[in-house]
Amino acid sequence: MSSGDHSSKQYDVELEQMRSRILHMGGLVESQLRIALEAFEKADIALADGAIEADRRVNELEIELDRLVSHVIARRQPTAGDLRMIMGVAKAIVDIERIGDEASKIARAAKWLREKGGNFRLNRIPDIRACGDIAHTMLRRSLDAFARPDAQAAAAIIRDDAGVDERFRAILRQLVTFMMEDPRSISAAIDTVWAAKAIERIGDHAKNIAEHVIFVAQGADVRHTSPDEVDRTVAQGR
Amino acid sequence: METKPRAPSKLQVRNLNFYYGKFQALKNINLDIAEKRVTAFIGPSGCGKSTLLRVLNRMFELYPEQRAEGEVQIDGENILKSKEDVALVRAKIGMIFQKPTPFPMSIYDNIAFGVKLFERLSRAQMDERVEWALRKAALWNEVKDKLQQSGTSLSGGQQQRLCIGRGIAVRPEVILFDEPCSALDPISTSKIEELIEELKADFTVAIVTHNMQQAARVSDYTAYMYLGEMIEFGETDQIFIKPARKETEDYITGRFG
Repeated sequence: MSSGDHSSKQYDVELEQMRSRILHMGGLVESQLRIALEAFEKADIALADGAIEADRRVNELEIELDRLVSHVIARRQPTAGDLRMIMGVAKAIVDIERIGDEASKIARAAKWLREKGGNFRLNRIPDIRACGDIAHTMLRRSLDAFARPDAQAAAAIIRDDAGVDERFRAILRQLVTFMMEDPRSISAAIDTVWAAKAIERIGDHAKNIAEHVIFVAQGADVRHTSPDEVDRTVAQGR
Repeated sequence: METKPRAPSKLQVRNLNFYYGKFQALKNINLDIAEKRVTAFIGPSGCGKSTLLRVLNRMFELYPEQRAEGEVQIDGENILKSKEDVALVRAKIGMIFQKPTPFPMSIYDNIAFGVKLFERLSRAQMDERVEWALRKAALWNEVKDKLQQSGTSLSGGQQQRLCIGRGIAVRPEVILFDEPCSALDPISTSKIEELIEELKADFTVAIVTHNMQQAARVSDYTAYMYLGEMIEFGETDQIFIKPARKETEDYITGRFG
């Protein structure tokens, strides 16, 4: 990545605008996710509505950023570090927006749980909270890595996705056990599966953002490679 | 620094230094120009890119106080030391200039003029050669019915293609373009760029351009020069997506102070 200013000040302004907008969008989604996870754990309708409502603003920002990306490409023909940054932004906004959608799904699952009544044990399985925490942390760190951009930090996030996947499988096993023991829990268990699946997808999207960061910082494409290969690539690109 | 293209090389530049009087304009340039590929030279004004191009076909010899040291090899022969007539070198390595320079004669004679210097062709053979050159220059369809009109009656973009046809007519192996589009409008420019793409099927092409996006569009390899040195050479995609040197990055992203 380049440091320093362009001869064209307006170009600097546009790139800076893009960077600050995407971080703003990321920040919104991060808080949306935090609220959605809390709403799920407490099966709290007011919190859930708040998380669903927040998705509107996220969607608006996605459209605004898309427009900004097209504008800069059309006007500036970006190259090298600028080109990679803009490619990274264009891809990361898709992942961030999807995380917003997944957070809404978690919030909707919270509402279903509450509306159906019954017991609220399944949504409090410790693994759900742990899995949500990891995914949320991955998101926050991937946005931090994007802001700098920091390939080493991104590589560590990619490694963490395996933890989310493992927890997700553990949650499924527990839910199956619950359902077998007590068929009355099936409905709540299915709602919980939806939420857990959404969390698992959020981990994937955060990992994608981390992959974009490595491309932005080093120009290396690490998609579809193992975490070990990612580490090696990033070490070489230093 | 990597200076070798993956494709086989046609021209090899070795330890080339160039002087305008006491001023050293090129500093130890080493570079291979790939055969039947387009190599672009970019860099700010005064970086030596046009000078380098002018050395490649000994154009600089027109001026007594200019001097080149080192080697420019084509097919194993150093053209800088070569006893060969400079006109023959330039027939092998042609050059197209910034401003179209048609001769004040008919379109047909513009093409035939250079050919007559080197070859004795029958009328029929010459007709054939003129048509071939004009077709290669993507001008034939526009001028085939007015070959006896003056070359200067054509539009700027057509004149430039006429000059390209004139260069091609002597069947060179290498064509050097020095800012070939800077006097042309966007449509003429895109026709020339399209033509360059077609020319590389038969010729080795080197182009100097101030327009970085043009370099990105037309070239397979790009060399970035600054203050007489070659800073970076690489495949054009690599140079424009992930340059290895910060100096290159700063220039192509417009961070040049």
